[in-house]
Amino acid sequence: MALATEPTRNGVAPAMSADVVIRMEGVQKWYDQFQVLKDIDLEVHRGERIVICGPSGSGKSTLIRCINQLERHQKGRISVNGVELGPHHRQLDMVRREVGMVFQSFNLFPHLTVLENCMLAPMKVRGTTKAEAKATAIRYLERVRIPEQADKYPGQLSGGQQQRVAIARSLCMNPKVMLFDEPTSALDPEMVKEVLDTMIGLAEDGMTMLCVTHEMGFAKSVAHRVIFMDRGEIVEQNTPEEFFTAPKSERTRSFLGQILAH
Amino acid sequence: MIRAFGYNEFLFLLSAVQWTLLLSVIAFLGGGIVGLFVALARTSDVKPLRWVSTGYIQIFQGTPLLMQLFLVFFGATVIGIDMSPWVAAAVGLTLNTSAFLGEIWRGCIQSVPRGQWEAASSLGLRYPGLMRYVILPQAVKVAVPPTVGYLVQVIKGTSLAAIIGFVELTRAGQIVNNATFQPFLVFGIVAAIYFALCWPLSLLSQRLEARYAAPSR
Repeated sequence: MALATEPTRNGVAPAMSADVVIRMEGVQKWYDQFQVLKDIDLEVHRGERIVICGPSGSGKSTLIRCINQLERHQKGRISVNGVELGPHHRQLDMVRREVGMVFQSFNLFPHLTVLENCMLAPMKVRGTTKAEAKATAIRYLERVRIPEQADKYPGQLSGGQQQRVAIARSLCMNPKVMLFDEPTSALDPEMVKEVLDTMIGLAEDGMTMLCVTHEMGFAKSVAHRVIFMDRGEIVEQNTPEEFFTAPKSERTRSFLGQILAH
Repeated sequence: MIRAFGYNEFLFLLSAVQWTLLLSVIAFLGGGIVGLFVALARTSDVKPLRWVSTGYIQIFQGTPLLMQLFLVFFGATVIGIDMSPWVAAAVGLTLNTSAFLGEIWRGCIQSVPRGQWEAASSLGLRYPGLMRYVILPQAVKVAVPPTVGYLVQVIKGTSLAAIIGFVELTRAGQIVNNATFQPFLVFGIVAAIYFALCWPLSLLSQRLEARYAAPSR
């Protein structure tokens, strides 16, 4: 499926075709006999913010997990920042350093403090000094507004705080792209906002973001493009205005009817 | 000529405890080092490593320890190595312990949630760093109680080394009994000494388990 619209939100066009950060071409994936991704084509431009939605089992999480190869695709090509993912570890390492990921279940390291969670990868992967890693970690913890929790363990924090730490931990690697895999789905309702606010802050700073989420308010206010997936295919993609007011496909309409009904 | 069981005989038994302990420590350390690699191989993404380590574990878990000691001791002779009972016992017990510890630790490694692997990988950590800084520290917490508990099995297992002629506590008991012909008394004391070695470890294992079972997340 060709890219129908260039992101032009707020009159700003952050994307030029030379500025492709992620390119997926004909990506297919099977779990045994079941095909989870059917011929996915997707280009993500620098500074672009994309929300992916769709019913459960539609392949949306699998799609973003293929970008940093937590899941391996079997056919097609994926490249990130011009590096094509192949069988070699070198490419995978290069890609993972540049791609941050935030998970539904936070996945903070429970045996390390908040600060240590944020310092581990910069020190062990990028080889930064301890002092530098610490300064960076504190800067990002301030940015997600929990510097005072730095010496606590993840288990002592609320879900919303843990997710903000997880975002800070990813940012400490200075990624070019951030992937969000249902970042608010495991949170109590009163904590959803603090995480979404953090993500909106990131968006305002120009981070390239791919978010799998059902937070349609977030999609409306932040996304350049909304992608609707169903049964392993990209069914429809459009600007949020068009997507929510004039969905083209019947499947999109029925999905939106279900999630916006109440 | 029959001797009475007296103080000297008791001291002889006690002094044999040091060999039991030394053999246990060697088996435990050697088994721990080999066992770590067995556990890593068992949880590896590389299929041949998993097959080999699974086979290794099944062979050692599926045959009696005594047969394993015989095979090491007599096997060495067959291939022309003159192996002392000491070395044979140490090698046999190390191999056996590594198989059991490897399987215990496999479970501990796999008990670390998948999300931890994914988070560490997505941050760019490769296997060695991922294991060392993220997975193993969490697995160790789970592993401590059953590992201390297994140490009891290792200590009791060393008694089989008596049969290939290595003089440790059990063999010392046989020697004393041959001189005194008071088997119930002699082996009763030997058993009591084993109990005195093992019981504190069992208690420790239970206490550690209770402590680590307390919620920490």
